[in-house]
Amino acid sequence: MRDETGIGGSRGRFPTTSLSAIGAVGSRDPGERDRGFAAVVQAYWKPVYKYVRLKWGLDNEGAKDATQGFFARAFEKGWLASYEPAKGSFRTFLRVCLEGFLANERKAAARLKRTPGEPLVSLNFESAEAELVGRCSLEGRSPDDFFREEFARALFSSAVEELHRELSARGSELAYQAFERYDLDPDPENPPSYASLARALGSTESRVTNALQTARREFRRIVLENLRALTRDDSEFREEARRLLGKPSP
Amino acid sequence: MTFLSDSALERLRLAADTPETAGTRYSITREIGRGGMGTVYEAHDSVLQRPVALKVLTLGEGDPAAADRMLKEARTMAGLEHPGLVPVHDAGTLPDGRVYYAMKLVRGEPLSSWAAGQPMAERLRAFQKVCEAAAFAHSCGVVHRDLKPGNVMIGSFGEVLVLDWGISRRREDPAEPDGVVVGTRTFMAPEQAAGRTDLVTERTDVYSLGAILDFLLGDGQPRAAKAIASVAARAMSAEPADRYPGAGELAADVGRFLDGGVPASYRETLLERAGRFAGRHRTAIWLVAAYLAVRVLLLLFFRP
Repeated sequence: MRDETGIGGSRGRFPTTSLSAIGAVGSRDPGERDRGFAAVVQAYWKPVYKYVRLKWGLDNEGAKDATQGFFARAFEKGWLASYEPAKGSFRTFLRVCLEGFLANERKAAARLKRTPGEPLVSLNFESAEAELVGRCSLEGRSPDDFFREEFARALFSSAVEELHRELSARGSELAYQAFERYDLDPDPENPPSYASLARALGSTESRVTNALQTARREFRRIVLENLRALTRDDSEFREEARRLLGKPSP
Repeated sequence: MTFLSDSALERLRLAADTPETAGTRYSITREIGRGGMGTVYEAHDSVLQRPVALKVLTLGEGDPAAADRMLKEARTMAGLEHPGLVPVHDAGTLPDGRVYYAMKLVRGEPLSSWAAGQPMAERLRAFQKVCEAAAFAHSCGVVHRDLKPGNVMIGSFGEVLVLDWGISRRREDPAEPDGVVVGTRTFMAPEQAAGRTDLVTERTDVYSLGAILDFLLGDGQPRAAKAIASVAARAMSAEPADRYPGAGELAADVGRFLDGGVPASYRETLLERAGRFAGRHRTAIWLVAAYLAVRVLLLLFFRP
């Protein structure tokens, strides 16, 4: 076992950076603020779009306008900078802001209009809409649970893509292929064993298991780093990691 | 962006969360439970060929302070060798950087659910063993601070084990700043609930033991005798000075009740004392009564 004698210290595989997109949205530096805001939009636009579609029942076009309008207004008014970690998670804060925005828009009986100007990040609404096929309700979940699950889905999806890019750049295609076939998209009728995976990938069982461990380790690192960037402080990060990553307590 | 179905999301969660044990002597079998700081897994120890419980720092608890707390817990448990406490076999850092410790895998049922199907005497005997384990820890200078039915496991052979020493405090540990509340409120002494960490002593655990006893006496059954209820009441006194001085004294008072005596915490009425006397000397009383009845009959019917 590694580090059998050195039980006092972590091997430092956890993200320890204090850089946070959530902190950056309140920065006085415009470049820093834009960077932070873009990261927030990138992580949350899909959960926001789906939430607007399902919870508020807006049609495709209305939800697109609402999503763009919400982020544009949040940027304009500096809403996100007023987040206080002591009052709860950023995710919940964002959802409450969204609820307030939508309620005000509806109260004013105004059609939700897209705010003019260039979008901060490109939002592929078609992909978000396609993910909603067959899911026309919140399926008995609370709005907060639904929003959390969609945020987790977006977080994990972007981590899978990042993992693919990183492993390809390193020439570790075997690691990604093992991860894809074993963890990401196994045949539900015939889930692979390490031996069958090794045969399918033309490798040995030990190489495949090592490659899979490498992919999982990198995947875990990417997810945690991205989550760290989307939380304000250590305490919120730990709480979010518990809620989003682990399976619920039995 | 890659779309993840619900099942893919669950698989990825598991892949990210399951501790990395490749190259170690352990392989994870299943998750058993999840606490504030760590997750406990059933694992197989390939060297000794036996199942063990592996407590691993929860994902996200990556800061050195959390790792230190986990190791402190492991060392505290390892320093307490008693039949009522779970032995720790090993501690270290997994390849993914998470601190862990390996301990005996306890198979059984938590006291919280076990108690429902047990006669009162069995419950009280199990409670005595909890007190004895706590008394031993106190004698080693360790206060558990989270004693509750869910942290006591009854093994398949009736062994009683006190678990989860994650927030225990050793005598030499510096007290947390006042206002820090750790533990479970239902079973927590007033001084602990008020965040008066400077006042937390062995008697704080005695309060929690009293709350456990109260739980064992209630539990939907008819209320137990006043005498044993008074033991729980004394252990749960608001003022630490009014409680039993230690878990051993509490266990002894429960023992007196089990032996048919009167707990020190209870003042009997004359009627109760007579009733108890009659209960303990039933045979002798019947013999005397029968003798007297015979004498009366002889006097009435065979008068000279």
